[in-house]
Amino acid sequence: MDTLSNLIPNVIKFANVFPQAIVDTLIMLTVTGVVSFIIGLPVAVLVVVTKPGGIKPNRWIFWICDKIINLFRAIPFVILIPLMYGLTRAIFHTSIGIKSAFVPLIVGTIPFMARQLESAMEEIPEGIVEASTSMGMTCWQIITNVYLKQNIPGMIRGITIVLIAVIGQIAIVGTVGAGGLGDLAIRFGWQRQMSDITFVVLILLLIIISVIQFFGDWLVRKTTH
Amino acid sequence: MIRLEHVTKTFKTKDGDVHAVKDVSIHIKKGEIYGIIGFSGAGKSTLVRCMNLLERPNEGKVIFDGEDLMEASPSALRKARAKIGMIFQHFNLMPAMTIYDNIALPLKLEKRPKDEIDAKVMELLDLIDLVERKDSYPSQLSGGQKQRVAIARALVNDPKVLLCDEATSALDPQTTQNILRLIRRINEERKITVVVITHEMFVVKELCDEVAVMESGRVVEQGEIVPVFTHPVQEMTKDFIATASNAGKVDELIAKHHPLVALKHNQQLVRLQYDSSNTAEAMISRISRKWGVDCSIIFGSVEIWRDTPIGQLVTIFTGTDEQIVRAIEDLKENNVQVEVIKRGHIE
Repeated sequence: MDTLSNLIPNVIKFANVFPQAIVDTLIMLTVTGVVSFIIGLPVAVLVVVTKPGGIKPNRWIFWICDKIINLFRAIPFVILIPLMYGLTRAIFHTSIGIKSAFVPLIVGTIPFMARQLESAMEEIPEGIVEASTSMGMTCWQIITNVYLKQNIPGMIRGITIVLIAVIGQIAIVGTVGAGGLGDLAIRFGWQRQMSDITFVVLILLLIIISVIQFFGDWLVRKTTH
Repeated sequence: MIRLEHVTKTFKTKDGDVHAVKDVSIHIKKGEIYGIIGFSGAGKSTLVRCMNLLERPNEGKVIFDGEDLMEASPSALRKARAKIGMIFQHFNLMPAMTIYDNIALPLKLEKRPKDEIDAKVMELLDLIDLVERKDSYPSQLSGGQKQRVAIARALVNDPKVLLCDEATSALDPQTTQNILRLIRRINEERKITVVVITHEMFVVKELCDEVAVMESGRVVEQGEIVPVFTHPVQEMTKDFIATASNAGKVDELIAKHHPLVALKHNQQLVRLQYDSSNTAEAMISRISRKWGVDCSIIFGSVEIWRDTPIGQLVTIFTGTDEQIVRAIEDLKENNVQVEVIKRGHIE
């Protein structure tokens, strides 16, 4: 214990703030992941289905979805935080705490999620879609039986990448008062020069990322036939 | 069973229009195996996709079992497609489903009762001889096994037609033979009309009753297989025959002035073609006895077209002009086709 207090004195001193920060980070990660998946998946399906050469080509729907995704992917995340300020206030009536982070996190993640899921669906060989059409499948049956089911490992791989990127963005929202591990690194590590806290925050983030990666890889193996 | 009338399909691309299929009319009769042969890029894959409207033709009619599919409603079209099984060069099985589920899929989509699905799938697994692999995934199977699964899937709806798009092109010769035998068995036992798209001559030779030869989007020659390939009119058809038989090589030898085909003034190089009612030895020995023509055989082959053996001989006849003319007439009277390829000159 003495060695620890010599090595990371401030971490020991402020140990009580860590659990909440970890929980906040995990809540933000989970909410962002789930909501952006729920919204990103239909968007991805819409893009795959309506693109030129898709099963129901529609130039306008494709063009709008594609452009919106590109637009939001292009906005740097730190700009998205003030940009979403109004929406955040309107929904949550607050601009601090983890609730304040949901809107920019989710808005920033949906396009990324949609692109990852889209490219997983694009990996399904066109011939499989063609075979499905030749069996007499409806558009909806092709979506539910082929696009959503035939490249689950690819989707999991994409989601893993998204979640790891979200960890980085959660650290950023921490800097503007949203809480979480990023918040600790800024308030203690940076503003109070407690570099041992920064270091431990880094370790914790790396552990979270490794767990996500490990679990993602395991799921990919489980679902690959 | 399937009738295409003046079907045209043009793809619009950045580099201009690509005329994949141009004014094609063919009639595929119930119960037959119909081959469509052509080199790659001839438009045969597009043509077969026009039959179940995977590609919608720009012009023309597609009549399947009396129904004009071009006029059919989306749901009627889907019903028709379920009655047209299709298999592909790259199998196109669902990678995330077991063999059993792959075959069962079309029936599950129609929400048929479970025991009915099970009975049908097990029957087909038995037909393709893969009962013990039913819980495997496609990635665990060989190419030939995958194609057999694809065939079973195509048959599960009791289709009237089976479309085979280069179904054996990704397989080795041994496996190809097995698949061809299976297709033929399906045609015979289940009375399913089969359309075979291929660039391989021997596939047509093994399998087909009728054939259409395609070249740059058009059908240049069509009809029953034996007449088409024993009396080819188009260069394209002759090219294909040459890919499948040694007899075509003689033209190469002549072009290269090979000593084997160098002729003396009293010699003629002759190609003989005959069907099963004749045999080569008897013909040759008779004309040499009767007309005093010496025959030396350069090439000889017997090819089996579907079930008909077709013999080809390339020979050098040695004798006077008159002797040779009489010998040729004699052969023709006995239903042997004779083509004088080259005459010897007086040096």
